[in-house]
This record gives sequence, C-alpha cells and structure tokens, in this order.
Amino acid sequence: MLSRVANTLYWMVRYVERADNLARLIDVNQQLLLDFESLDSERLRGFWQPIILSTGDEDAFAKLYDTTGSAEVIRFLTNDPKNPNSITSCIALARENARTVRDQLSDELWEELNSLYLFSRSDEAQSLFDADPPRYYENIRRSAMTFLGIAASTTSRNEAWEFMDLGRHLERADKTTRFLDVSSYLPAAAEGQDAISPGVLHWTATLRSCGAMGAFRATRRDITAETVVDFLIFSKDFPRSVRYCMEKVDISLHLISGTPRGSFSNEAERESGRLLSDLNYGSTKDVFETGLHEYLDALQGRFNHIGGEIFETYVLMPERVQISPGPKPPTLSDAAVWRMEQQQSAS
Amino acid sequence: MEMFKGYDPGRFYDEMFGGDGSVRKHCAPLLKKFGKLDQRDFLARKANSELYFLRQGITFNVYHDDRGTERIFPFDPIPRVMPAAEWEHLEAGLTQRIVALNLFLHDIYHDQQILKDEVIPRFYIEQAKHYRPEFRGVDVAADTYIHICGSDLIRGGDGVYYVLEDNGRCPSGASYLLENRNALKRAFPGIFESLGVRPVDSYPRDLLNMLHHISPRQDKDPVCVLLTPGCYNSAYFEHCYLAREMGIDIVEGKDLVVVDKFVYMRTTRGLLRVDVIYRRIDDDFIDPVVFRKDSVLGVPGLMNAYKAGNVSLANAVGTGVADDKVIYYFVPRMIEYYLGQEPILPNVPTYLASEAEDMKYILKNLPELVVKAANESGGYGMLMGPTASKDEIEAFRERIVADPRNYIAQPVISLSTSPTWCEGAMEGRHIDLRPYIIYGKDVKIVPGGLTRVALTKDSLIVNSSQGGGSKDTWVLR
Repeated sequence: MLSRVANTLYWMVRYVERADNLARLIDVNQQLLLDFESLDSERLRGFWQPIILSTGDEDAFAKLYDTTGSAEVIRFLTNDPKNPNSITSCIALARENARTVRDQLSDELWEELNSLYLFSRSDEAQSLFDADPPRYYENIRRSAMTFLGIAASTTSRNEAWEFMDLGRHLERADKTTRFLDVSSYLPAAAEGQDAISPGVLHWTATLRSCGAMGAFRATRRDITAETVVDFLIFSKDFPRSVRYCMEKVDISLHLISGTPRGSFSNEAERESGRLLSDLNYGSTKDVFETGLHEYLDALQGRFNHIGGEIFETYVLMPERVQISPGPKPPTLSDAAVWRMEQQQSAS
Repeated sequence: MEMFKGYDPGRFYDEMFGGDGSVRKHCAPLLKKFGKLDQRDFLARKANSELYFLRQGITFNVYHDDRGTERIFPFDPIPRVMPAAEWEHLEAGLTQRIVALNLFLHDIYHDQQILKDEVIPRFYIEQAKHYRPEFRGVDVAADTYIHICGSDLIRGGDGVYYVLEDNGRCPSGASYLLENRNALKRAFPGIFESLGVRPVDSYPRDLLNMLHHISPRQDKDPVCVLLTPGCYNSAYFEHCYLAREMGIDIVEGKDLVVVDKFVYMRTTRGLLRVDVIYRRIDDDFIDPVVFRKDSVLGVPGLMNAYKAGNVSLANAVGTGVADDKVIYYFVPRMIEYYLGQEPILPNVPTYLASEAEDMKYILKNLPELVVKAANESGGYGMLMGPTASKDEIEAFRERIVADPRNYIAQPVISLSTSPTWCEGAMEGRHIDLRPYIIYGKDVKIVPGGLTRVALTKDSLIVNSSQGGGSKDTWVLR
C-alpha cells in the first residue's frame, strides 16, 4: 500500500485511541475526587497537577493557564483547541487523517468518526460538558469504542489493518504507562491517610481508567501498588497491559514485513522483540528496583523508538528514491499555506 | 398534490408543468406519489437526506470560521424527470459531440488538416491559452484526448436543449450525481417503486473500464490511480469517493516518482509501476519540469513518461483548448467537417468579438447580452448585460475592444425551471444539466447527469460556489 496511506491510517487510529484514553482518565479522576469531601484548592491542585505531568504536556499547559485547578486542567485536556493533545483536538486530527484516506475506510467507519467529530464541536456537546460531564465522556468513549468495533468488523485483515493495529497498541501501551505514572507525581500527603487510604483509592482509579477493574478482580485480591503494576504491565491476557500490547505490536510488525517472529528485518522489529522479551521475562521486582517512574519513562522512550523506526522503514525509506526533487519552499508553514492554495486552485 | 398547490411555472419552460398549469404526462406518476406525503413528513425526510450528506462528509468548509463549520451542498429532493425519448436525443447528440471533439484534438495535435482547410482560422488555435504546441506529434493512448467530458446543457424557453459548454479537462460533480440518488433513495424509498427510473450506479464501473482500456500494458491488469491535488481541494470528497468505488489508489503528487521514464508509486513494499493516471489536477500543475515551475502538487518528470507512452493520462494533456469559449463556437463546424453530419444538439447562438460583424453587434447590444471571457468558468469573468450597471457594461466594453480574441457574447437564455422546495413553498427555480460522458472502448453516458439548480429566485447562475444546489435526475424507461 502507499506509504503515505499507511502512515495516515496509523495516526488516525492513534488519535482515536488517545482521545478515548484521555476521556477515561479525566472521567475517573473527577469521580475519584467525589470520594474526598473537603479538599481545599491546594489539595485539589495536588490531584490535577500529576495528570498534566503524566501526559507530558506541562509546558503547553503553563503557557495557557495560570492556575492548576480542576476546571483549568479539565478544559485543557478536554476541549481546549489550543492544546493539540486535548480530546477534541485528537478527534479533529483523527478525522482529518481519515479524510485524506477516506477511500480506504468503510462508509460506516468514516461515518462514525465523522459523527464523533461533529458531536465534539456541537452545542449539544458543550452543554453536556457543562451539565453532565460523566455522560459527555461516556459519549466520547462509546463512540471511540464503536469506531474500533466497526474497524474490526469491516476492515480486511491486510496491511492497512496491521498499520491501524500498530497505532492502536502503541498508543494504548503508552497511555497505560502514563496512567501508572500519575502516582509518581502525587504529593506525599495523599499517601497513607486515615481510615480510607488514598493509596487504594488512587490505584482503584488507575484500574478504572484502564477499564481493568473486573479483569483485575478476577485474578487478584488486594489492590496495592505491586499488584496493579504487575497487572497493567505484565498481564499476558489483559488487552491494555503493556505486555499484551507489545505482543500485538510485534505480531503486526512481522505480518507487515513477512519476517518470521523471533527474527527481525528492520530496527522496529529488533526493538520490539527486545522489549517484548524484557516484558515476558520481567517482574514487578525489576520495576520497583529501577523505580516506577524511571521504569515507565524508559518504556515510553522505547515505544517512541519503535514508532520512529516504523516511520523510518515504511514511510521515509521509499521517499529516499526520489531522484529529481521538486522545488522546496523556504519554511514549513509557508510550504503548508502554499500547498493548500495550490490544492484549492488546481482543478 | 397539496405541496404543489399554487405552483406558478411563470413565463419559463417548466420541466414539470405545461404553460397552462397542467402536469406534464411523464411527471404525473411522480406527482401522485409526492401528493401522498403531507408537508411535515416531507420536511422530516428532507432533513434526513441532509443529515445523510453531513454524516457522509459531503460538505464544504465555511471560510473565516475558526470552529471549522461545515455545510452541505444544498440538495433539493424534488427530482428532475426526463422521458426516455428526450434522453435518447441527448445521448445521441452528446456522443456525436465527444467523437468530433476527439477527432479535432487529434487533428490539431498532429496534421492540423482542419486549419489547412481553413474551417477554423489558425490564429484562434495558436492563441488559445490552453493549447500546448509542445505536445504536437505526441501520440496518446487510443488516440483519445477527452476520456471524461462534463458538458453543460441548458433548456431555453422554447424547450430546446442547447450545449452551453464542454468541460473537457477535469469535470467534477459525478459523485454528487451518485450520492443524490443514494440520498433520495434513503429518504423517499417509496417514490421509486414502479416508476421505471433508470439506475446510475454503473458510472464507476464505466470509468474503470475506460481506464483499463487506455493502459499502455494490455497484457496484464493495469495499475490505475487517481491523482488528487490533496485534501484541501474542494472536490476532494469526490476524488476519494470515485477512487473507492473503482477500487483504485488515490495518490498525491508526492506519492509518485518517475524513474527512467516510468512512473512508480511509493508503497510500503517499495516502488510499484503505475500504468494509468486518472488525474484531477490541471495541466498547469501536473509536472513542474514542464509547466508551472512552482507547483508542489505535480510529479517531476511525468511528462517524459507520458510522451514515451509509458503511462496514460485521463484526460490527456492539452484538452483545455476545446474548453476555450471561442473554440466552442466552432464545435458544430467540427461535427460537419469530421463526421459529415448535422449537429444533433445546437450551441447557444454565439458572437465572436474578433469577427468584425459580430463585434459591431456585440458593442451595440451589450445591455441585452451575456459576455464571457474565453477561459474563465464557474460564473466568473462574466457580464450579465440585463442586470449589469452602466459602469460595469462600459468596463466590459473597454476590455472587449482591447482584447477581442478573449471574448464571446451570447443572448440571455432563460433556463428552464423545476419545482424546488424554497423555505415553505414549492417555487420554480432555474436548472441546467451536466451529463458525464465517458469515452473508452465506446461511449458511455450514465442516464441523466447532475441537475444543478439556482436556489436564488430568478438567478440563472447554478454554480455551487454561487449559491447553487442540486437535484436527482430521473431518466425514465
């Protein structure tokens, strides 16, 4: 398939997955705060600050907002058009990607994403966001899930599917590590409080954010840092655990290249194989010895490495055969405007 | 009939009602079906069809709106109905026309017999803005230049169909013709029953067959692609739609590369040779080495591959000369010259400013005429004499005198009307018709075409950029 199309499908799905995960994260945290009755603004800040830090958007946030209250953080992550990683921005980007490969998508798939996009910009969405946030986030999640369901039932299992699957699982693995990483930024006071331990509450929220509560209960009893980390990183079966996602990434990579698993034909496969074996043979002991935050940070670095190598192998490489390069306009933004103008006038 | 009560066809030719207010015979069964709907039901179904377009993303962006509001192209649910015999007449006329146009293009890019015989004065061709002398002597696949033609037809007060222009470059709108039918079927499934409406869904298949037909490699399944300017082009929806319906890849210029006069596309598995390009980019932008140097949309070196016969383009390079409104004037002569036949479909009477007699007539009668620049479209570069101000008329007078080769004039033709739902009542609105003619192994025209409607009262401009909408077009068996 066309390299550009492969890249676009990959990002389309990544953005949908990102929006879905953010919607879970915010919703769960909002509900978690209902369990604490008397939080002053200082304590509230203590809860929302880590969310921003874990998504890695603290600089962007600081540029746009003076205070880290719940209203600001929620707006920033949900529907601030100035945040390129807000839920509505992700939906718009997913839809823009879909639009450029519209011919590759089933009608139903496009319609679902387009409807989600139209909803996200509607007055209905705004009033729901103001009056009934849980239902607002549920709408987003439901639509993202429907999108994945339609994709699964209307897409041929060919390269296009594998690139979409790659995007989904890499994004999912990344977000799971970020949910876990929230704990690294929690203020010390939040741990080990009186009767109800916020520690348990916090880990419960993490499981909920991953939709993992039921699956966790079925195999584990106590909710502790160790059991939750073990489940969300090392579970072989749970579809949002890092290990499960990396297994899928590894399978997709090998299906695309045709190389047998256990060997590699490019750097992305090599890194995914190495990472997968670290996960297959690792344990929570390694995690806490390294330090949870450091361990998660390293994982995120490796996901990025794999993502970069996929781009290098399948999108950039074919680019290099170009023998007579076209004229290069001076700067990137000029080039974008230029391209857009020509596209509008060229037929 | 309730909704049509009080409908006044006025002084125009109305497609549904005769001058005495009686229903035209071929429209009676349709009206009977619509008569069974009450207004509320009708409006609910109309809203439904609009939602369909919105969800399908058949929209255009409203500029200067940072919320990125999108609007649908207005769709009127009352179809335009055409009896079988009328369509047969149009089909014969359009077929005759595309055959003559292709013979003409082949001729002027080879021996130029028609110029030698002085049927068309040579300077008209040589001064045509879109004539490409550098492609003289280049042989193109199947000797065909215009593979897809979107001629605009209008019907005057006399009920006669005229050809207003032939769009032989990259005519757009075929996807609307297909989607209008889909939307109408969804919203009003009942009205189709037993009326004998001819289907239109063969269009993508006809298009793909044509692309296969012109492939330079006839021994194997050709690789066909649709070349788009990109997703900011207003016809991008259509590009995706047609590519998907045909099952071919949609590519941008940057997806293609030319190596040793062969065209390849960049795939995840390396380079794949391309045989046929259905291009939706104008000549000017298609190859920065040959045409506009600043084009970032084209494929450097594409013209070399094309001239070598290693890749076919639909439409061919250089067809724009036939879209020149001065050359249009000569199409009836081409038909007589190449085919020895009388034109089946007449042109709109046209005056050429470069001809002394015509010029005199034009300058004398400017307030009654429509003046058009030879190479503008979309309702631009035009003077509508009867509604123009004195200043506008004088401004055009100067332009015509300064550059006569670039102007033609025509009498105002009152386009026929069709009942159209206009905010609470059924009113007559002017319409035209754009059929899509495909010239492959033989000529295929999907029954009907895109009916465009000027939604503004009394307006004769049907272009979507200027407040036009569209309707489904029914050709009856």
